Formats: sequence, C-alpha cells, structure tokens
Amino acid sequence: MSAEAAVFYVFAVITVGAAAVVVLARSLIYSAFALLFAFFGVAGLYVLLGADFLAATQLLIYVGGILVLLLFGVMLTHKLYDLDLKSEVTQFLPAAIICAGLFILLAWPIEIAFSLPRFGNVRILGALWQTSWATGTGRPAGPTTEEIGRLFMSTYLLPFEAASVLLLVALMGAAMIVRRRKDA
Amino acid sequence: MITLAHYLTVSAALFTLGLLGVLTRRNAVNVLMGIELILNSANLNLVAFSRYGTGNLQGQLFAVFVIVIAAAEVAVALAIVLTLYRLRRTPNLDEADFLRG
Repeated sequence: MSAEAAVFYVFAVITVGAAAVVVLARSLIYSAFALLFAFFGVAGLYVLLGADFLAATQLLIYVGGILVLLLFGVMLTHKLYDLDLKSEVTQFLPAAIICAGLFILLAWPIEIAFSLPRFGNVRILGALWQTSWATGTGRPAGPTTEEIGRLFMSTYLLPFEAASVLLLVALMGAAMIVRRRKDA
Repeated sequence: MITLAHYLTVSAALFTLGLLGVLTRRNAVNVLMGIELILNSANLNLVAFSRYGTGNLQGQLFAVFVIVIAAAEVAVALAIVLTLYRLRRTPNLDEADFLRG
C-alpha cells in the first residue's frame, strides 16, 4: 500500500467513524465533539486532494465558526444544570434500513455475487463503482489560493458579491428572529 | 491506488450517516449536525471531481460557496431553534406543531 493510500484510509476512517458517533451518540456534547473530528477528517481529505485553501477554509469556518455556533445552540436550548443532554431517537429502525440501502445502492465497494433460487444470479456492487467516470489529467499539485482569488475577482465576481450580500442578510435576519419583542 | 470512486464512497458514507441523523433525531441541534454532514459530503464530492477532472478549479470554487451557504444556514436555523425554545421550552422538533389544525 502506498503512502497516499495509507493516509487516505486513515482520514477516511476518522471521518466516517466520527460521523457515525455524531449520529449514534446518546449525548449531544459527544455528538458535537465527534463533529469536530469529522470536520478535521474532511479537511485532511481536502489536503490529500490538493485543495490547500479549501482545507484551511474548512478548519476556519466549520471548526471555528459553525461548530462553536452549534455548541452555543446546545447550551442555549438546555438548562445548564441539565447534566444529561440527551437527544432522543425516533423511528430508528426504518431510517437505518433506508440509509443502509441507499449506501449499498450508491457506493458498496466490494462486489458480492451469489445466486438466489427465484432471482438467479445476484450481484451487489455500488452504482459509483460501476460507472466509468470521465476523469481527466487532473490538476498538478501546487498552491491553489492565488488562482482561486483571481477567479473570484474575475469570472466569479457576481456570485462572490451575491454570497457576501447573502451572508449579511442571513446574519441580520438571524439577529431579527431571536430579538425579544416588546409587544409580544 | 486511490481513485475517484474511493473519495465518492467516503462521501456517500457521510451523506447516508447525515441522512440517518436528520431522520432519527428529535433534537433540532442534532438534526442541524446531520445537515452539516450532508453538506460536507457534497463538498467532498465537488473537490474530488475537481481533482480528478480536467484540472480546473471550478469544483473548489463551488465548494467555497457551499461553505458560505452552510454558515448562513446554520445561523438562521439556530435563530429559529432558539425562538422555538423560548416559545415551547423544548428543542424537540416534533413538539413544534403550532400549525396543526
């Protein structure tokens, strides 16, 4: 196994394992901290894919911003002396069956072939492993920040400005929604 | 040899786990965590296609926009959750049934 493959599997296991803890942990605080590791794992995968700017952005915004915001959400929607911040689970079995089936349909990586009496030969392999992706030469390794900045200021200037207006509107709207009204 | 399909598999696992979180949790903040996992899986797909595609950066640029949308989404969603908590003293989504006839 090459070094790249080893690093990929380490980050993939961190990401998927932490995501499983996020979904399955009983305590909200455990979920929040597992989400931290899931974000770190995704940032590692970005580095492996040669997206250095995006990895730094992931750490700054997801870990530094969104995760802290979610922790505020946990703290503000529970009484602080509530030690067991439990999150109840409903309809687990049907949802788990649906999600497992979806994963097997999409991405089951190892081919399983067997034969059933009524259906004949059955072959299980995820759809994305059967697709022949139109891969190209790919991007040579190297820093991407300068080119991303150039593209934001030239080709993608309009979506860039629209995104900044969206952020302003969203933050003002959030402040308006949680404001205590005097008349209510 | 790590191919595009390996990254897409990780992304599919993240997506299905996030979907499981959204479907099974009653707590609104926990549902938001599932949505963040789903957005991360979409981003991972975009960056992987950018790396294994024809070599331009459009996938990464799109991923930056997705991160911006995620930040705005979580801010507004938490504001709604806090307002719900103030009204009902509960963060559980299935108790927010004001509009039920």
